[in-house]
Amino acid sequence: MHELSIAAAILDKVAAEAERRPRARFTKVGVRIGEISGIDPDALSFGFECLVKDTQFDPLPLEIEFCPRVQRCLACAHEFPAPDSMTACPKCGHLATTCIGGEDLDIVFMEIEE
Amino acid sequence: MTTRVPVEQKVLNENQRLALELRERYRQNDVFCVNLISSPGSGKTSLLERTLAEFPIDTRVAVLTGDIQTENDARRLAQFGFPARQITTGGTCHLDAKMIDKHLTEFDLSELDLLLIENVGNLVCPSSYDLGEHAKVVLLSVTEGEDKPLKYPSIFAKSELCIINKIDLLPYVPFNLQQARDNAQRVHPGIEIIETSCTTAQGVDTWMNWLDEKRRQAIVAKGTASAVS
Repeated sequence: MHELSIAAAILDKVAAEAERRPRARFTKVGVRIGEISGIDPDALSFGFECLVKDTQFDPLPLEIEFCPRVQRCLACAHEFPAPDSMTACPKCGHLATTCIGGEDLDIVFMEIEE
Repeated sequence: MTTRVPVEQKVLNENQRLALELRERYRQNDVFCVNLISSPGSGKTSLLERTLAEFPIDTRVAVLTGDIQTENDARRLAQFGFPARQITTGGTCHLDAKMIDKHLTEFDLSELDLLLIENVGNLVCPSSYDLGEHAKVVLLSVTEGEDKPLKYPSIFAKSELCIINKIDLLPYVPFNLQQARDNAQRVHPGIEIIETSCTTAQGVDTWMNWLDEKRRQAIVAKGTASAVS
């Protein structure tokens, strides 16, 4: 829903790195977006592309790594990908699980040419 | 030569950093801060109006209220004699720590016990932005669907308290109250739930006792932490 402000935050971090490396040309940025981060990868790509266009960074492709939601069973500690927080543990059938992955919203890497 | 520079940083780490600073400032000043979140129209402002109307005039409370446009909510809330400030985001669909930090300069935290933040009407984005609050409180009204917690699990999972509002309208709407409670518990086992009506004031004193008790617990926890360290 606020992919544009997230895209702007990513570009701010690129700009900050560019200040530290004045001779670098940025060729790619890698981000990790979790299934339940609330961010739509397509909207983020589009927003980022719009913000980069006609700036010193253009073109700057955004590589998005998608991370599924992972729940951990509170009974047997089994970890499994799940569509929601209410899916029973596939190992023991217990209903109470806790979310341990899928909320990621991280910048993973920047690729530069110097 | 192309080099891949690892970064591994949260995109919102700047918000997180500021939020931690805010949390520490509240803690130092014994200010209990609540972040009230709901869809537009669930009754956040009305609940705050009822709350401020019930507080004795010497209560050390302030309100920050967020909206995309207008100062309407701050005007409504200011009439009870407590400091109320509007944060107009202009387009951003949520409050963030930077906005809170900027507007906190208008208050002296050493003169406050309670800071109530009314977020922009939105059940999605506020979930991602820590404002340094002690607790998120999610509001849901009986004119919405009882499956709201299932549709918006993130905010219900992160909220300490769920307020089900407009309960005076229960006879006139198909809302299944028990189902709504069950759904909230499914998404967040153990979430506290209070039912309120801003029209009849039912449940408002329960909410106010909750605020009082949580503030007391926060101060006790701080004292214990200091004693241990």
